Amino acid sequence: MPNPIDAAARATPDPLARRIRGLSDRTIAWLFVAPTIFLLLAINIFPLIWTVRLSFTNYRANRPNEEVEFVGLRNYIRILTDDGIWANMQTTAHFLFWTLFFQVLIGFTLAWLINRKFKGNDLLTTLIVLPMMLSPAVVGNFWTFLYQPQIGLVNYMVELLTGTPASSFSMLGPGGYAPWSIIIVDTWMWTPFVMLICLAGLRSIPDYIYEAAEIDRASKWRQFWTLTVPMVLPFLMLAVLFRGIENFKMFDMVVLLTGGGPGNETLLASIDLKREAFEKWRTGYSSAYAIILFVTVFGLASIYVKALNKVKER
Amino acid sequence: MKARLLAACSAAAISVAGMASAQSSELTLCWAAWDPANALVELSKDFETQSGIKMNFEFVPWPNFADRMLNELNSGGQLCDLLIGDSQWMGGAAENGWYVKLNDFFDKEGISMDDFAPATVYAYSTWPKGTPNYYALPAMGDANGWFYRKDWFARPEIQEEFKAKYGRDLAEPTSQKELLEIAQFFQGREIDGKTVYGASIFTERGSEGITMGATGALYAWGFKYENSPGSYDMQGAVNSPEAVEALEFYKELYKTGTPPGYDNAYMEQSLDAFKSGQVAMAMNWFAFFPGLYADPNTGGDKIDFFVNPPQNVAASTLGGQGISVVANTDNMDGALAYIKWFANPDVQKKWWSMGGYSCHKAVLDDPNFVNTAPFAGDFLQAMGGVQDFWQEPAYAQLLLAMQERLHNYIVADQGTAQEALDGLIADWTEVFEDEGKL
Repeated sequence: MPNPIDAAARATPDPLARRIRGLSDRTIAWLFVAPTIFLLLAINIFPLIWTVRLSFTNYRANRPNEEVEFVGLRNYIRILTDDGIWANMQTTAHFLFWTLFFQVLIGFTLAWLINRKFKGNDLLTTLIVLPMMLSPAVVGNFWTFLYQPQIGLVNYMVELLTGTPASSFSMLGPGGYAPWSIIIVDTWMWTPFVMLICLAGLRSIPDYIYEAAEIDRASKWRQFWTLTVPMVLPFLMLAVLFRGIENFKMFDMVVLLTGGGPGNETLLASIDLKREAFEKWRTGYSSAYAIILFVTVFGLASIYVKALNKVKER
Repeated sequence: MKARLLAACSAAAISVAGMASAQSSELTLCWAAWDPANALVELSKDFETQSGIKMNFEFVPWPNFADRMLNELNSGGQLCDLLIGDSQWMGGAAENGWYVKLNDFFDKEGISMDDFAPATVYAYSTWPKGTPNYYALPAMGDANGWFYRKDWFARPEIQEEFKAKYGRDLAEPTSQKELLEIAQFFQGREIDGKTVYGASIFTERGSEGITMGATGALYAWGFKYENSPGSYDMQGAVNSPEAVEALEFYKELYKTGTPPGYDNAYMEQSLDAFKSGQVAMAMNWFAFFPGLYADPNTGGDKIDFFVNPPQNVAASTLGGQGISVVANTDNMDGALAYIKWFANPDVQKKWWSMGGYSCHKAVLDDPNFVNTAPFAGDFLQAMGGVQDFWQEPAYAQLLLAMQERLHNYIVADQGTAQEALDGLIADWTEVFEDEGKL
């Protein structure tokens, strides 16, 4: 029986065969990856370089006919010396820290509880993950109603439990509750995501390890701290990385809930950046702002990934 | 094979030609999605019949209107042939070449700006302000006004209690301070077994809400943007003692006379609060008044309207828009034909009768005009004293700075009125320095 590869080679037209025979494996490999590299350069790298270039100018995208001036580091200096922007960064850090804290704490606890075998386990898991299946726009809108002082369920529950009149405070208004209100909504929505990743981690631990620990008479408490936590930690850190990056660029849900208010109390850096870039049209300035945010996220993520790799190597 | 290819090419060519022809016989008009836009759809059917041009409409909800339309203009898009854009966009639209300058067209077609109310021509059509350079035809006059529950005001027990407390009859307020007293009087009161509140006012943070609301008080106290027009000399004007007092007043109104949770409220929320029977008074644009009057639950005999009350001067915040031809249109002739048709006095009369606020003198100067609607007289009075926000090309920066300063002070309770206005001057100075105007 003739070799099919030989048959294919014989069927290949002569000039083409000659050309292909002249190419090395490395060249062929490059030919295959070249389109992807080209797309990456065009869609990711070139805009990044262009943004860096724009960040040193006073360019405004809504005034294409105006002369573009090179302003050196002026945009960067303005941003880094602007108290308002530092306040927005603090708001972002507050939102980031507390959402991650609550999501990890509740997500891990839920995963640990749901990892046990009991009747209705699957149904409960499905119910818990429902919030993360909703669109942020939907979540933002219906939580606005839940937080409404006169008809909202949240204020009603507070009145029922504490006796504080429902209409006497506004969760999204003044009084300092708004930053915590957006944390509650994000935690409600995304804790199931952390729970699912933790559940995957818990289910990846083989039973024989616990059996060996039982034989060694290790207590449940000791098993939890010396076996469960270290083996789930890489999964947990991965969840924190995903959620951290997502929440650093949080926009839609918070805009729908508070619009950045009251005042600037929930004005996250991403919302401020959007206003600078596409409402005020300060393209050069907002490019510098974006680069500063990019460097911050990139730097923090790099340090974090190194730590994650170290944990995985242990 | 060749014959098939030829047939396919011919079919493609015919369909492309057909599309081009269809394009030239269609127009797309862009505006905000609100009651007057629906009236304009009905009105434009006459234009379709007369011209044979099919009208398409692109209406965007108010909170996204500026974002959506300015992005469209800025990106050189061809979505809109005609645009009814906000008055504050005029500077940027004229200087960036987004709108067609209409002077030659007006001259050729005999359309005179003298036929329109001067305040509307100034605000909606000219750039630089007040010069005879026209980029729009005044289309929809508007100002921020007030409406109230006439049936509640008329109740004898309420009248009696109010008179005992304030020593005067409960009636439409004749000053901003009277308005505050009435709002405070109704705040938390039980009416028909339901807790009601004083007034619904604009406090929205994201777009323009709180600025449009608070300027109603600022203008009434005599607020000016500059010491002399065109000088950008804001010190002592923007942060004058009267302006400080006006801002303190608006904060007090918000704190002591509005329903709970109305800390990010604009047009929709104001209408909802009134229609659901929560408030005794509410502010909103005159454009909504026909709809409010027609409301089966809170309209008719239960509602009445009043112009923004004066304090030191009579003044109202300007709304409304002019209609412009977008420079990128591929149907310039059709767009100009629409403007010509719309400028016709008979069309303007019909426009008013359908719920649009005409700016044409043929409508406004009619002796019977004030009797045509319960708010017609108030509208005329308001348009006589309207003031507008900056219309500079950098208006968005100026507006967002004011939104931030006002919301921080009024709603978030940060700092004093003096600090808010001093800070606003600093923000605006930076913008004008960047613009090369200072």
